[in-house]
Amino acid sequence: MATAAQTVHPSRAGTLDEVQILQRKPSGFWRDTWRRFRADRGAMFFGTIFVLILIFVLSGPLISKYITHYTYSENHLAQKLSSPGENGFILGSDGNGRDVLTRLAYGGRISLLFALSAMISVLCLGGIVGGCAGFFGGWFDSVAMRIAEIVLAMPLLPLLILISSMYRPPVWQLAMFVGLFSWPGISRLIRGEVMSIRRREYIDAARVTGASNLRLLIRHVFPNVLPIILVWASLSVPSLILLEAILSYLGVGVRPPTPSWGNMLEEAKQFYRTSWWLIFIPGFAIYITVLSMTLTGNGVRDAIDVRLQRK
Amino acid sequence: MVAYIIRRLLIMPVILFCVALVTFVIINLKGNPVDRFAFNPRVKPADIARMKHNLGLDKPVQERFFLYIESLIKGDLQNSLINSKPVTVLIGDALPNTLRLAIVSIVLAFMIATPIAIYAATHRNSAADRFILTTAVAGSSIPTVWLGLLLIILFAVKFREWNLPYLPINGVKDTRNPGGFRDLAEHMILPVIALAIPQIAGWIWYIRNAMLEVLNQDFIRTSRSLGLKEQTVQYSHAFRNCLTPLVTLVGLSLPDIFAGALITETVFSYPGMGYLTVNAITQNDYTVIMGTTLIYAAILIIGNLMADLLYPVVDPRLRA
Repeated sequence: MATAAQTVHPSRAGTLDEVQILQRKPSGFWRDTWRRFRADRGAMFFGTIFVLILIFVLSGPLISKYITHYTYSENHLAQKLSSPGENGFILGSDGNGRDVLTRLAYGGRISLLFALSAMISVLCLGGIVGGCAGFFGGWFDSVAMRIAEIVLAMPLLPLLILISSMYRPPVWQLAMFVGLFSWPGISRLIRGEVMSIRRREYIDAARVTGASNLRLLIRHVFPNVLPIILVWASLSVPSLILLEAILSYLGVGVRPPTPSWGNMLEEAKQFYRTSWWLIFIPGFAIYITVLSMTLTGNGVRDAIDVRLQRK
Repeated sequence: MVAYIIRRLLIMPVILFCVALVTFVIINLKGNPVDRFAFNPRVKPADIARMKHNLGLDKPVQERFFLYIESLIKGDLQNSLINSKPVTVLIGDALPNTLRLAIVSIVLAFMIATPIAIYAATHRNSAADRFILTTAVAGSSIPTVWLGLLLIILFAVKFREWNLPYLPINGVKDTRNPGGFRDLAEHMILPVIALAIPQIAGWIWYIRNAMLEVLNQDFIRTSRSLGLKEQTVQYSHAFRNCLTPLVTLVGLSLPDIFAGALITETVFSYPGMGYLTVNAITQNDYTVIMGTTLIYAAILIIGNLMADLLYPVVDPRLRA
């Protein structure tokens, strides 16, 4: 991280007025960013909510063991469709008499895991292609950007539904497919940034001292695109959570009995006339997670202070 | 500009070819679609052979691909494997429904978002501005599936329980006495709301930010100092200059809108492109899947092209 701090231009210090900057000890880019993020009350609030959601989701087994005393796949057919609080089900029970609260905690893990792994797969593919295209230019750049143009025209949702319904891939493979079809956005972003970095003097200076292309990319270019990557990542995870919900709702995402927020919605939709809370609860979990992540992501963007184009 | 448009038009068949190739590979990597009947003891090998022959699936894969491309060039998307209707007819029935949904929701979203966004931009950092922005983020984060289901619960189930006028929740027309504008409109209200709410929220953000940039420019101060009415300044001077980025944004957000329409159509059983696609996928109707995927791709390309073409219309500086 030390190199990242040194290579970032001091003008990024941002909102502080000059007097304060002069009085203050020189501090790193990431520390400045964290300080600006912490000063943003809204972002901190929603960041905290997101951390609470993470804790809730990760403590699924504890909730199951100590609070609800149900496992996520345990059926109690005699007590199915209990409303919240009834028969000892804190958030009610679903059409098979399974405890909604336990399933919510376990389901969130899968939803978040999917979003995270899809984000990483998009990032790896888009980052490598965009980084190389921007850094080396030439034929690789033109070929990569033509392919990006083609992939951008592929209808993501129908193709994902098709792949998933034909091959029934496990969650992590489905996430890889998301990467395969949606890398062009981030790759264009990174390519543009790398192209502008490539022409800066410190890159020439490093090259003169004999740094190889690989070293230039890793030590000098990467730390400078990291802010953009971070902002993109924090804003893309919410939309991937929504994607999981859609795929599972259509019955082609995470498959029962493994719960996910999306397939809890899917299983609940048949009871829309009688048990509206079964639809409300998992949907609300998706909503709050997406909302808190989006607002946290906005805070990260403002704190890092990069202008991110819409992908 | 003209050269650019020509280049885009020339690249369009290439992109469509690639989309067709990818979809075809995904479908055929798993082997011949008819072969799965081989596990069914009641289907004799002779039946399978006959089915393959009738559906044209007895030829080798590569030959089938080139036959498909050949018919594609002639504008024929082949026939559905399930009900033998031409895919072009099926899409011809479904596409107008989806386009109507998409266009009505875009227009509605704009009509609602524009005045709100202009108000927010002209009252920057006021309590009202902050309230509008927060509501907009809250609105754009709502999962479309969930929103659709909640609308159904409220306006169809609960309104009925409370003896209020309730809305239909599936299809485009009443099966018992179809017809008329009112019937069509009633069936569109809920899907349009579900599709429009996330859009309204998004447009409010974009229009507000674009307006803020324009409002700081010199010509706005000039027009104010000329004594023009504030409304004239805001709408005919400032807002018109926001249109340029907005036109691109509409083009770029088409994938999102059509993805949203796909979900909305599934939730409301609305017989559009998304419903057709999802049904075709669940029924393994491969020619329909190929057809709808290609139409989706074509719509996206044309949408982006339209955004490019509209640029000179909204920005006279680009007219050459």
